Amino acid sequence: MKRTIKILSSLAVLFAVWGASSLAFAQGADAQTIKNQGLAGNYGLIALAAGLGIGIAALGGGIGQGRAAAAALDGIARNPGAAGQIRGPMILGLALIESLVIYALIISFILAFKVGA
Amino acid sequence: MGEHGTWFDYLNRFEWWRHLDSWAKSKLQRRWLLSMFDTGWTLTHVLVAVLVIAFCTWGALAFFRGTRTADHGVVPPRTMNLRNFFEYTAEMVYGMVEGAMGEKHAARFFPLIGTLWIFILFSNLIGLIPGLIAPTDTLKTNAGIALMVFFLTHYYGVKEHGLAYFKHFLGPTPLLAPLMLPIELVSHVARPLSLMVRLMGNMMADHKVVFSFFALVPLVVPLPFMLLGLLVCLIQALVFCTLTMVYISMAIEHEDH
Repeated sequence: MKRTIKILSSLAVLFAVWGASSLAFAQGADAQTIKNQGLAGNYGLIALAAGLGIGIAALGGGIGQGRAAAAALDGIARNPGAAGQIRGPMILGLALIESLVIYALIISFILAFKVGA
Repeated sequence: MGEHGTWFDYLNRFEWWRHLDSWAKSKLQRRWLLSMFDTGWTLTHVLVAVLVIAFCTWGALAFFRGTRTADHGVVPPRTMNLRNFFEYTAEMVYGMVEGAMGEKHAARFFPLIGTLWIFILFSNLIGLIPGLIAPTDTLKTNAGIALMVFFLTHYYGVKEHGLAYFKHFLGPTPLLAPLMLPIELVSHVARPLSLMVRLMGNMMADHKVVFSFFALVPLVVPLPFMLLGLLVCLIQALVFCTLTMVYISMAIEHEDH
């Protein structure tokens, strides 16, 4: 009985979230035309933002991953027997740092597709 | 650089498929467009996901048939066939779960993590086959998996601690509660978002890189990038599963140990 209540309450939460989101994104025609006009005037800036955004993100990501790999290589050099133990957390750390760059890439894609392509 | 065609586009020759597609579109398509994500409605990802699940089910059946032998599957097969591959995968994943969560919880969470691993890994890998796409390169599939993980972490936390689990959101001392609560809430909401965007971004970017090199030089040059894509598929499945294990073990840990 308790399990049923838990399952039903989580389903109710999901339903409420879905309902709220479908309400939040209704837009009128006026807002759309204003947005289109604002967009067409600013293509240059948006493209610049797309390029610079991912560039700076790649810079930070490269530095971060370089430090992580350097620390891992130091650890392996000190203790070659622990190479297997070190490899796992190193891959995990690299992937987490890279995920921040991926978030910036998503924004960059959004902006780049707004101006064409 | 839009989506390219898949083998499932040949289904559009059939009238019944077109009817089914437009019926599903009328029921399920969202009314609001969100920037780059309006490349539109497609059921192809669902079909490829069904293909992945069919393959995993076939492998699981081979595994179970292997346990029905006279010695209950203790002796591994000689060659690398499907049963051997899935036994190896199961053992690797169990080792991973045991390493991250300790032996006590490993058996309890092994089905969840194993399923996540196998589904995400094969979904990623099927994107490398020409003519098929990875169902994980859209937010649709990833949102399903990430939201499931999100609700499960809170479910297991409540199951372990009762409703006192929500006191974790308030931080170490009652004085800090107004500061800790928004921070904890935001970080908890950011977890499934980051899980899905990370997986989607990696798969989509990797696919676009391979495709752009394919558009330049179709013959041999995309190969190193497909090898990189293989590595990325494995690493992303690993990262997803490791983060799931970390979130669940954070939700069920007791500080008095």
